Amino acid sequence: MKWPAMTYHRATSLADVWAAFAAHGPSVTILAGGQTLLATLAFRLSEPGMLLDITRIPELRGITLQGQVLRIGALTRHVELGRDLLVRQHAPLLAQAVPHIAHPAIRNRGTIGGSLAYADPAAELPACAVALDAVVVAASTAGERRIPASAFFTDLLQNALAPGEIIVAVEIPIQPSLAAIDEVARRSGDYAMAGLAAAMRVHDGRVVAPRLVYFGVGRGPVLAGAACRALEGRPLTAESIAAAQAALTTDLDPPQDLHGPSEMKRHLARVLTARVLNAWLRPTEMAA
Amino acid sequence: MNQITPASIGLSREDLPNSYIGRSVPRPNAPKLVQGRATYTDDVVLPRMLHTAFLRSPCAHARIGAIETAAAMAVPGVVRVFTGADIAKVCDPWVATLDHLKGMKSAPQYPLPLHRATWQGEPIVAVLAETRAAAEDGVAALAVTFEPLPAQTDMESALAPGAVVIHPELGDNLVFTRTAETGDVAAAFAAAHKVVEARFVTGRHTGVTLEPRSIIADYNRADGTLTVHHSTQAPHMMQGVFAKQLRMAEGDVRVICKDVGGSFGIKVHVYPDEVAVAAMARIMGRPVKFIADRFEAFASDIHARDHRIHGRLAVDAEGRVLAFDVDDLTGIGPYSVYPRTSAIEGNQVVNLCGGPYDFRNYRCTTTVVLQNKAPTCQYRAVGHPIATAVTEGLMDLAAEALGMDPIEIRRRNLIRDDAYPYTSPAGMRFEGLSHHASLDKLLQMVPVARIRADQAEARSRGVYRGLGIAAFIELTNPSPFMYGIGGARISAQDGCTVRMDPDGSIVASSGVTEQGQGTEAILAQIVAHGVGVAVERVKIITGDTQTTPYGGGTWACRGAGIGGEAALQSAIALKQQLLDVAGAMLQAAPDSLDIVLGRIVDKAGGAERMTLHELGRIVYFRGDTLPRELQRELVQTRHFITKEYPFAFTNGIQASWVEVDPATGMVKLLEHWCVEDCGRIVNPMLVDEQVRGGIVQGIGGALYEHCIYDAQGNLLTTTLADYLVPMSAEMPEMHVGHVETPTRESLLGAKGAGEAGTAGAPGAIMNAINDALRPLGARVHEQPFTPERILRALGTIA
Repeated sequence: MKWPAMTYHRATSLADVWAAFAAHGPSVTILAGGQTLLATLAFRLSEPGMLLDITRIPELRGITLQGQVLRIGALTRHVELGRDLLVRQHAPLLAQAVPHIAHPAIRNRGTIGGSLAYADPAAELPACAVALDAVVVAASTAGERRIPASAFFTDLLQNALAPGEIIVAVEIPIQPSLAAIDEVARRSGDYAMAGLAAAMRVHDGRVVAPRLVYFGVGRGPVLAGAACRALEGRPLTAESIAAAQAALTTDLDPPQDLHGPSEMKRHLARVLTARVLNAWLRPTEMAA
Repeated sequence: MNQITPASIGLSREDLPNSYIGRSVPRPNAPKLVQGRATYTDDVVLPRMLHTAFLRSPCAHARIGAIETAAAMAVPGVVRVFTGADIAKVCDPWVATLDHLKGMKSAPQYPLPLHRATWQGEPIVAVLAETRAAAEDGVAALAVTFEPLPAQTDMESALAPGAVVIHPELGDNLVFTRTAETGDVAAAFAAAHKVVEARFVTGRHTGVTLEPRSIIADYNRADGTLTVHHSTQAPHMMQGVFAKQLRMAEGDVRVICKDVGGSFGIKVHVYPDEVAVAAMARIMGRPVKFIADRFEAFASDIHARDHRIHGRLAVDAEGRVLAFDVDDLTGIGPYSVYPRTSAIEGNQVVNLCGGPYDFRNYRCTTTVVLQNKAPTCQYRAVGHPIATAVTEGLMDLAAEALGMDPIEIRRRNLIRDDAYPYTSPAGMRFEGLSHHASLDKLLQMVPVARIRADQAEARSRGVYRGLGIAAFIELTNPSPFMYGIGGARISAQDGCTVRMDPDGSIVASSGVTEQGQGTEAILAQIVAHGVGVAVERVKIITGDTQTTPYGGGTWACRGAGIGGEAALQSAIALKQQLLDVAGAMLQAAPDSLDIVLGRIVDKAGGAERMTLHELGRIVYFRGDTLPRELQRELVQTRHFITKEYPFAFTNGIQASWVEVDPATGMVKLLEHWCVEDCGRIVNPMLVDEQVRGGIVQGIGGALYEHCIYDAQGNLLTTTLADYLVPMSAEMPEMHVGHVETPTRESLLGAKGAGEAGTAGAPGAIMNAINDALRPLGARVHEQPFTPERILRALGTIA
């Protein structure tokens, strides 16, 4: 199909964005990497009055270390995330996630801000943001507002941004931790049938602050509270991993989709739990 | 062929300078395709051209109520709205049956239906506008009332009491049924040492051409002609169809197809939206363009392979096949597709099951029923992958029941290489196949001992790998027995006209067509070889009903075998005439001369006598100097049709090596082999790539591709995110080997090569997966072999 008719405007500063919002209100749709939005236009699934292109706004770019926080500009492309040295050093989970995101052509254009804003339940970066306890920095004419990632994804394709707000950056607290991502997808680059972004620390041989975040199995990234409680404060062993797997019965109620029923997705989530955590058995033993 | 044969002078045929048959000559049209300089139908822009978009049925089955067009007509750029009734004023409906398929029935189909929508995605109303975007805006502004009717989506219940009869005038949903039975099947099963059986399912899938279906129809009121630019495989067939449906003389219709971006059988059928475009052009007296988008492709391109098959196999204690007993059921959508019909695929299953094996007792029934889903019809390797999966799945079950090696049971049953001519229990006549030579060649390529050792070692680590084998036969070079005897105006004959222009360059026009597979490349090779010129001097014309000899186009693997032979014969005839003319000029006996790389030479010694350029100069500009009676047209046409055998069967065998992850149900393809025998190979590189591409499409059917409908008949897979095509990252290393058994029906000896890969790959992969799963007690026979199905087979999920 052909795109619906619409207005296009390129902003070069945040002031341009606020002016466009003021003039056109809710008919404005933000265009960043466009890797989801442009496809929805081609299906006529969305018909915005105005596309506001924010890709030339310098304040939204760049990755910097600010004290104990790694600040990643909203316009950071997936490909940049994958090769940035600060990211590799302080948030390696994000770099590890990049090869799982679609294909190179999409990674060259898609942005972290766009991925978080779109809040696709099968996307990797929202799950990583929750696993890393990241903070989404939103801005509006009223200034900046910090929203914990765990509160940002409110429902299927829904986020906590207020009207007139855009994401300007993501802040990742840096702390020494174990973190990994794994997923099961039909083909390389496909949306995951089930995925897991996991982060935790080990102190005195015991698991501290585990965050198991599943994707592709709910209405958004799912922080599996019961599974995390099954690990918290215990040594990482075959038994505690099995307990975490069992707890997913409580945590996950995946919707069925074209790939299979709810039961299959929960099963795959358990498989991923074992694969990710088993890889840490040795490091935790060493730490103990 | 050339008077100097390679053998006569102690050379291989590759050593002669213009001996191109059998050489991997680069494709002349490849640079054009990769540089974006091809001319696809959408690249054609005509003055006064309009664009069309269709409102498609949102329901699987519905009565069409009021059609409100006023708002659509008010959209800027919209020119006119057409309903089914509007189109029917100038265009007749068609009924897709073939006389030789006894008892076949189907309902009349209009370009746009008059009263009822019968599948989701069926074109209902057309909007013509100055741009496609405006036409889509117009479609969005249409208000059409659909009154939903119960839909018959399940083929298993299509003939049961209480089924929704989709066309009440037909009485029921049965389109066609046929049983082939030879020998005494019941006695063979009763006497069997082992009987194995399974229920197989092949998933409904489609062709996914890179270039979607595309058409421009241009009716010129000044001379009463219709010119159609069309992305099609069969321009002459479409010429006849447009003429008949629009009540025109065939000679007043011209179909032009320039570059075509893939077809795979999808573009050899009559689509209602495309006929509607021709009808609208007829009414408007203006060119009308329609380019299907991907949504429309999934909902309205033909689908294929929607079969459920119960198969049984009886073997004796030595593993000899005693009997096959197969029951096939297929749902084909609400109409049989014109003009090839949708009964051929099921009929092929009946023709092909058990095909590679020597046995006596056979029973196979196909039952073809209507349902409210997109129509199905012929797609690459029609019926072959189904019959191969059933046959080879049963052979592996029998081997397992006997405790016999899967290779050994095949060796004991494959038709002997010296058994030809041979008639199969299904009645297929084989001129010459090479099953044992192909198996031997496969075993030279596949390191079976190393693979088995690796398999055992991997299992000890909880890693499950499997090796699967699938032998197959393939029907190519079809005669009129395929469609013509059934009354369809589909030519099994094809022609080629070869001419020499004054500068010694050669132009050949052929009735077969090019869709990206390299037909034009092999035609150039054959003509260059036949005339005796450098291949660069040959230009090929295809895809224009007004400038090429009448022919069938490209389908059922006939381009090389039929079109290639016509090209060779016409090239040889031109060469003979060139030698006759040269003989007159040089006062030499024509048979003492030869043509090598564009030069007339003495056959003995090879001394150059004159160039073709000089010969052309004299013929075209100084004809006064030649003997008065000398024939000097320098243009020759020959047609070719097979006469001895209804089809030239080919054969081959594939092997697949896979790893199955029992935790996730994921299948990883490790390596794939194919040995095939397509007779004379014209261009080895092209044949290898045809085989690889075919394997990839077979892998698609086996693992990924599936048109999924819900119970109400809603198509759920309408984008490339939901309909999974095989992609490069998942493809295994593929090894291709050949055995050459040329057909004696033609001088060229070529048979078809385009479908072998697709025919055998799904069966080989299925057997490999089941070999991997065997220690776990699980089996799968339902394609595609998704993680869900494998996890169910393992009992991991209910």
